[in-house]
Amino acid sequence: MKMHSADFSADARAALADRQLQRALGNVQRGFVEKRRKARDKLPEFDALRDSAKAIKDHTLAHLDLYLETYETRVKESGGHVHWAADEAEARDIVLDICRNAGAQTVTKGKSMISEEIALNPFLETNGLTVVETDLGEYIIQLRGEHPSHIIAPAVHVNRDEVEADFRRHHDFLPASRNLEAPESLLSEARGVLREKFLAADVGITGANFLIAETGSSIIVTNEGNGDLTQLLPRVHIVLASLEKVVPTLEDASQILRLLARSASGQEFSVYTTLSTGPRRPEDPDGPAEYHVVLLDNGRSKMLGTEFQDMLRCIRCGACLNHCPVYHAIGGHAYGSVYPGPMGAVLSPALAGVDKAGALPNASTFCGRCEEVCPMRIPLPKMMRQWREREFAQNMSPPTQRYGIRLWAFFARRPALYRLMAGAAASLLRMMGRNGRIASLPLGGGWTATRDFPAPQGRTFQEMWRARGKKVA
Amino acid sequence: MPASDKESPRRVALFVTCLVDLMRPVVGFAAVKLLGDAGCIVEVPGDQTCCGQPAWNSGDRADAQAIARKTIALLEKYDHVVVPSGSCAGMIARHYPEMFSNDLHWRGRAERLAAKTHELTSFLTDVLGVGTVEAAFDGAVTYHDSCAGLRELGIREQPRRLLAGVDGLSLTELADSEACCGFGGTFCVKYPDISTAIVDRKIGAVAASGADTLLAGDLGCLMNMAGRLSREGHTVKVRHVAEVLAGMAGGPAIGEGAGKEGKQ
Repeated sequence: MKMHSADFSADARAALADRQLQRALGNVQRGFVEKRRKARDKLPEFDALRDSAKAIKDHTLAHLDLYLETYETRVKESGGHVHWAADEAEARDIVLDICRNAGAQTVTKGKSMISEEIALNPFLETNGLTVVETDLGEYIIQLRGEHPSHIIAPAVHVNRDEVEADFRRHHDFLPASRNLEAPESLLSEARGVLREKFLAADVGITGANFLIAETGSSIIVTNEGNGDLTQLLPRVHIVLASLEKVVPTLEDASQILRLLARSASGQEFSVYTTLSTGPRRPEDPDGPAEYHVVLLDNGRSKMLGTEFQDMLRCIRCGACLNHCPVYHAIGGHAYGSVYPGPMGAVLSPALAGVDKAGALPNASTFCGRCEEVCPMRIPLPKMMRQWREREFAQNMSPPTQRYGIRLWAFFARRPALYRLMAGAAASLLRMMGRNGRIASLPLGGGWTATRDFPAPQGRTFQEMWRARGKKVA
Repeated sequence: MPASDKESPRRVALFVTCLVDLMRPVVGFAAVKLLGDAGCIVEVPGDQTCCGQPAWNSGDRADAQAIARKTIALLEKYDHVVVPSGSCAGMIARHYPEMFSNDLHWRGRAERLAAKTHELTSFLTDVLGVGTVEAAFDGAVTYHDSCAGLRELGIREQPRRLLAGVDGLSLTELADSEACCGFGGTFCVKYPDISTAIVDRKIGAVAASGADTLLAGDLGCLMNMAGRLSREGHTVKVRHVAEVLAGMAGGPAIGEGAGKEGKQ
């Protein structure tokens, strides 16, 4: 998986200075958080469901080989094909082969983060195919030539005016005088344009929220119904999924589905929950003639049995992004990864390498709200800390930070020396203070550029406590 | 009031934390007073330094473990360990056992210490059953729930229950009170711009609350919020909750000059 940014700090600064983005991010903070809270409060068994969902995924991951092979067998029995892709290059080649064998010119796509992970669109386009995103958010992003900034709301950083401008620029076959003021008019224009594309498509590609081992089905959830048209109308349907999406039974998927939309958007259920099993059978009214599943590993099987295995429980609801103070401040693009926010801070180093994505697990205050809202009870801060441990052990964290911590720890292990240093530091800082605060601290510019540093009271507690003890004695 | 007068007094170790030791000793003395008033015999083990959180959160497991071993050996002989900080108490109560997951001997010792380590307001209310404290504070206060205390230790109602008994004090809740203040230990200097953006939302909520005093239970968060409030020209005073509960809020607030002392 490609990281889009080499300098997280600089990109974060740019995001903080982007006023339009900052306005858009206000909606994440207010909208998603409140909606999830209401949905959770209305379901008394919400936390019990979380326990159950975690148990289902833990069990599945412990027997992943068994369930994947069962799933493959069932897909084949229903007349479909399963392709195993070890990495993203293999996955792209498999998809291109299927498209070429189908003589395809146009490909429609439902929302798929895996397709972002393997950078499928530019690859197919380079190879002469026309690719059309059909999720409204993804469609907007595609017109703008951007990447999604959120895993369930890809265009959350874009405002209405920008969408109107994009539509006017790209839909130049429509009358320039048309009125697009109401958000609904934008929606219906997108619907009209996309309808043509659906009908013209030769191949439809969707992601999968779940793969069901007992039936060989895949499940997608959408709010726009675009997924249904993507997978029903073209002659060929490709399901693009990573291998941890499998669960044993439909009952298992049903339980986790009760958490998914509530955690994501605060809906009780997504508007469409669509199952697909194999190609069209003779008695079916519609459906594709060919049904392919591309199962992507891309580093996931290496996470099994490690301290990062719990991350494979993730169902991509986005709740951790929606509740993250860092995501609220900078949005998704600054992370420079397909997967932003807390889940991305854990997953991106696993997929792209901690040498490339090392800034991400450090970009957290460890406030713990992500873990608190995670429907799958993934210990995200703990795993970010584990990435930091790997960085520290491999001397990848910045030298000033590493030596600073080691020097401080040297004193913290030696109480007598520590007391001496603390006493000296307290008096020194006290002297530097004006009106009880220090406006500029040498080596502490990270703090004092935007904040005063409160001056200490003067003597350490230990000094005062000891002095008092002597007095009393 | 102690839960039972018949019990022998509890021998409590105060782990004062490195920030309180260095920056704001009055919080330590406030804790000593609150614990003493509740019938505890308070001791301050002299060889305490820091809980090791900066090393642990920076990925320096070896140093974090070395500091933790010293801290465990120092504190394990007491009936209880009380800490005027949610994040340092959480470090001992939650992270020490995790740190030694592969070391049976130290894990056992860490778990035993974890079980008797408490954040100050939680110890007073949950363990000692203190209902009210003898204190007066004339002011409109608001309260910031520090993240580690709130989410690792479930501290939310405890400080509010104690504050409700302080004469003259009125409490207004912050909007979005569960949001982080942006401190995050080393985060605030590693990513100062993001940290500042986060604390700006917090001080916006503080200003909107109309309170003249901001309280919390963790000195790191308090210094972060106080530093930004004063830099932005706000006059809200910032204090550790223990200062108010112990009736020791007469001196300068955090980041406030001694010159103002006489005015209070």
